[in-house]
Amino acid sequence: MNAAPQFEPAAGDTVLAARNIVKSYGGTHALKGVNFDIRRGEVTTLFGENGAGKSTLMKILSGVETPTSGSIELDGRPVVFSSTVDARDRGISIIHQELSLAPNLSVRDNIFMGRELRGATGLDFAEEARQTRMLMADLEEDIDPMTLVQDLRLGQQQIVEIARALSVDSRILIMDEPTSALSATEVEVLFKVIRDLTARGVSIVYISHHLEEALQITDHAVVLRDGAITATASARTIDLEWIVRNMVGENFDLGSPPTGYAFGDVALSIDDVSIADVSGSDRLVVDRLSLDVRAGEIVCIYGLMGAGRTELLECVAGRLPVTGGRVLLEGDDISRLSIAERINRGLVLVPEDRQRDGLVQTMTVGANLSLASIGAFVKGMLLSRSRERSLIDGTIRDVRVKTAGAGAPIGSLSGGNQQKVVIGKMLTTDPKVMLLDEPSRGIDVGAKAEVFRLLGERAAQGLAVVFSTSEVAECLGIAHRIIVMRRGRISAQFGADVTKEQIMAASGEAVLV
Amino acid sequence: MTSASQNSSRSGPRTSSGGFSLAKLLLEGRAFLALMVIILVFSMLSPYYFSLGNFLTMASHVAIFGILAVGMLLVILNGGIDLSVGSTLGLSGVIAGFLMQGVQLQTLGIVLFPPVWVVVVLVCVLGALVGLVNGVLIAWLKVPAFVATLGMLYVVRGAALLMTNGLTYNDLGGKPELGNTGFDWLGFNRLFGIPIGVLVMVVIAIIGSIILNRTAFGRWLYASGGNERAAELSGVPVKKVQVSVYMLSGICASVAGLILSSELTSAGPTAGNSYELTAIAAVVIGGAALTGGRGNIRGTLVGAFVIGFLSDGLVIIGVSAYWQTVFTGAVIVLAVLLNAIQYRRRVKLPGSNGGPSTSQQQAGKARTADPAHEKIAG
Repeated sequence: MNAAPQFEPAAGDTVLAARNIVKSYGGTHALKGVNFDIRRGEVTTLFGENGAGKSTLMKILSGVETPTSGSIELDGRPVVFSSTVDARDRGISIIHQELSLAPNLSVRDNIFMGRELRGATGLDFAEEARQTRMLMADLEEDIDPMTLVQDLRLGQQQIVEIARALSVDSRILIMDEPTSALSATEVEVLFKVIRDLTARGVSIVYISHHLEEALQITDHAVVLRDGAITATASARTIDLEWIVRNMVGENFDLGSPPTGYAFGDVALSIDDVSIADVSGSDRLVVDRLSLDVRAGEIVCIYGLMGAGRTELLECVAGRLPVTGGRVLLEGDDISRLSIAERINRGLVLVPEDRQRDGLVQTMTVGANLSLASIGAFVKGMLLSRSRERSLIDGTIRDVRVKTAGAGAPIGSLSGGNQQKVVIGKMLTTDPKVMLLDEPSRGIDVGAKAEVFRLLGERAAQGLAVVFSTSEVAECLGIAHRIIVMRRGRISAQFGADVTKEQIMAASGEAVLV
Repeated sequence: MTSASQNSSRSGPRTSSGGFSLAKLLLEGRAFLALMVIILVFSMLSPYYFSLGNFLTMASHVAIFGILAVGMLLVILNGGIDLSVGSTLGLSGVIAGFLMQGVQLQTLGIVLFPPVWVVVVLVCVLGALVGLVNGVLIAWLKVPAFVATLGMLYVVRGAALLMTNGLTYNDLGGKPELGNTGFDWLGFNRLFGIPIGVLVMVVIAIIGSIILNRTAFGRWLYASGGNERAAELSGVPVKKVQVSVYMLSGICASVAGLILSSELTSAGPTAGNSYELTAIAAVVIGGAALTGGRGNIRGTLVGAFVIGFLSDGLVIIGVSAYWQTVFTGAVIVLAVLLNAIQYRRRVKLPGSNGGPSTSQQQAGKARTADPAHEKIAG
C-alpha cells in the first residue's frame, strides 16, 4: 500500500496513464496502441463488445499481464508492474469478471488472503473479522465473516470479491463486470459505495455490458473496438445511442444470408424445453423455450451472459439433460440419446470454449480433425490410414485450415484456425444440424468472416445452422433469423432486416427510446 | 496445405516432425539413452553383465514389470492410475494355485482339476473383473482413480490372504494322471532360447501397440486422456473407454501373476507387493505424462528395461539393496524432471517443433498455443 501522497492533487487529474499499449497473442493483436487515462476521484467506464480488448487492457493495468509494448505512467512516472501484488502495493486493485475466491475458505479468510493480519501470537483473526464486518456493513450485506464462500449466492460472492478489493485501500479500483450477478438493490448499494469512494479520491475504472447502468455511474466514457480506442467523451455530453454507435462501429462485412434456395423441412425442433440450473437452485436457466430450425436455415441466438444460450445449445447437443420438454431431430425425439448417438444421427455442437471442450491439445491437427468420424475409416478392426489421411486432407482443404500439415501439433495454429479445426471435425460427421456456441470468440475479424462464409456455404447445401453470439454485429451477417434470448426465454425474433438497436433493446442491454 | 505435411511421421498421435536437433533427440530418446548407459557402465564394472545368458535372465525379470507397465500405460494415457495391479498379480497367482490343487465340490463329492488353459482363462477373467470394479467405481461412481484403486489394492490383497490363510501354494506342477500339467511351461520353458515370459511380454506389447495406434479404441483413449470433455463432445464413449482400460490393466496384472507364480512354482498371497509402483515408474521413465494423453508402448518397455537392468546390474556388482532403492528412486525423479522440461518446451514453443531449419515461415502465426490466447475476449 502506498503512503499518502505529499501533495493533494485535484480531482480530475490523471493518476494513471497507459501509453501506446500493444498486446499480441501470437498473430492476434488484442490491443493495438491504446492510450487510456484514469482520472483521480472519477469513474471512467470502458465500453466495448466482447473481444474488443477491455479485459486485456484491465489485466495489463492491474499487473496480471505485461504489455507487448507501450508504457504505463503512475502519477506521471513510468512504472512496470511485475505482478498483481506489485500493482496492489502501488494502490491498484481489480475485481475480476471471473470470481477469484477460494470457495472452501470463509469470507474473512478470502478477504485477507495473502495479506493476513499478524497479531502478537500468530494471526489476528479477531481484527480480520472486525474489519470484514465493517466492510460488509459498508456494502449493506448481512454476511457473517465466518461463512464459507461456497455457501453464498453468486451475487453475494461478488460482494465479497468487491469487499476484498475495497479492503486494501486502493487508489485505483478496476471493476470488470462487477454487477453481472447482482440484484437491482445490490447494484444500487454498489453505486453508493462507488460514489463514496470517488468522494474520497479513489479512481474507478468500470466495465459493464449493461450500458444504461454504466451510464448512470460514470463520469467519462471510453469506447474500445477491435483493440483500439474509438471514442472518448465526458458522460454529460453523451447518450446510449452514442455509445452503441461507437461500440459497433462501421459494419465489417460478415456476409449476408445465403439465398437462392428454399429451406427444407424442419430439421431441429426444440419443443417447450426447460433446463434447471446446474448449481442446484430452482431457477430455470432455460424456461419453456420452443424453436424450429429448417434445413438450410441459419439462426442466430443473441443474448447477454447468463441469458441461457450456452445451456440451451449444450442441452440440445446432449451435454445437459432436459428438465422438461423435448428435442426433435427430423421429427424423432432425441432428448434421451447420448452425445455420440446424436452425432450419429446428424446433430453436432461446436462448443464455446474450444480449448476446454473443443480440442485435444495433446494430439495433432489431423487426429483432432478425424476424432468425431473415426467410424468412417475403420476397416475391419483397424483404422485405415489412407482413408483417414484423405479424410483429413480433404477437410483441411474444405474448411481452409492454415497448417503446416496434418501432423502439426494443434497448439501451433492460430485461434481462428483452431476454431476451423473444431468446425471441420464436426463437419466430417456429415451433420444435418450444426450448433455453434459463440463460434467467433477470441478469433480475429478475418477468421470470423471466413468461419461465417463457411457456414453460409454449408447452409446452402442443406445444413441447418444455429449459432449464438454476444456481438450484435454478428447477428447482422449470415443469419436468416435472429432470436434474442433473455433470462432463459426468447424475448424477440427478427428477420435479417433488423437493426442493432432493436436487438440490443430486446436483450435488455439498452432500452432506446 | 504446405509441403511439410509429408514429413510428419507419427508415433501415436504425437508428432516428431522432420527437423534435427541434438538436444531434442537426446531429450526424446532419453530413456533409450539411459538404458545404453546402464548397459555400458555395468558391462565395464562386471564381466558377467554383458552376456546373452545374463540379458535373457534380466529380461525375464523385466517381463513381469513390462507386462504390468503396458496395462498401466493404458490407464495413465487415460489420465488415471491403477494402484491395484500388484495385489491383482498376487491374487491371480493364489487363484491359479487354488485351481491347480483341485476344486472340491462338496455337494457332489468330487474334486475338479481344471486343465491349465482353463486356469489361465479363469485367472484372466478374474483380473478383468477387478478392473471392472475399478472402472465402474471411477467412470460411473466418480470415485477418484487414486482412491478407488488404492481401496482395491487392500481389498484384493486381503482376499488373497484370506484364501490361503496367509500360506503359500507350493506345488503348481500338476499331475499327469489328472491332466493338469504344464503350468511351469510359462515360467521355465524357452522358445528359440527366449524365456516364455519375455515372449508373452513382447506379444502383449505388440497387441498394445496395435490397439493404441491402429484402432478406434486407441484413438479414443488418447483423446479422452488428452481432453475428456472435447472427446465426449466428439462422440467418444469416454466412460466405456475408461472402464476398458482398467479391465485391460487387470488382465495384464493377471498374466504377470501367472508368469511369476509359474517361475516360482509357488503362489504366495503377498506376491507382487508394491509392483504397481515399479510399473508406474516404468511408464513415467518411458516418457508418458501422468496427466494423460501422452505416451507410447515403446517408451514404456524401455522404461521397464531401464529399471530392471539397473537393479539387476546393481545386484551383480554387489551394491547393497538399500542403495539399489536409492538409485531407482533417483532415476524416477530424473525421468519426471525431464518429462516436465519436454512438455514445457512443447507448450512454449509449438511453432519451433520442427527445429530451426523448418517451419520458420509459419512461426509468426503459429505460436499461439498459450491458453491465455483465449482470454482476449473483452
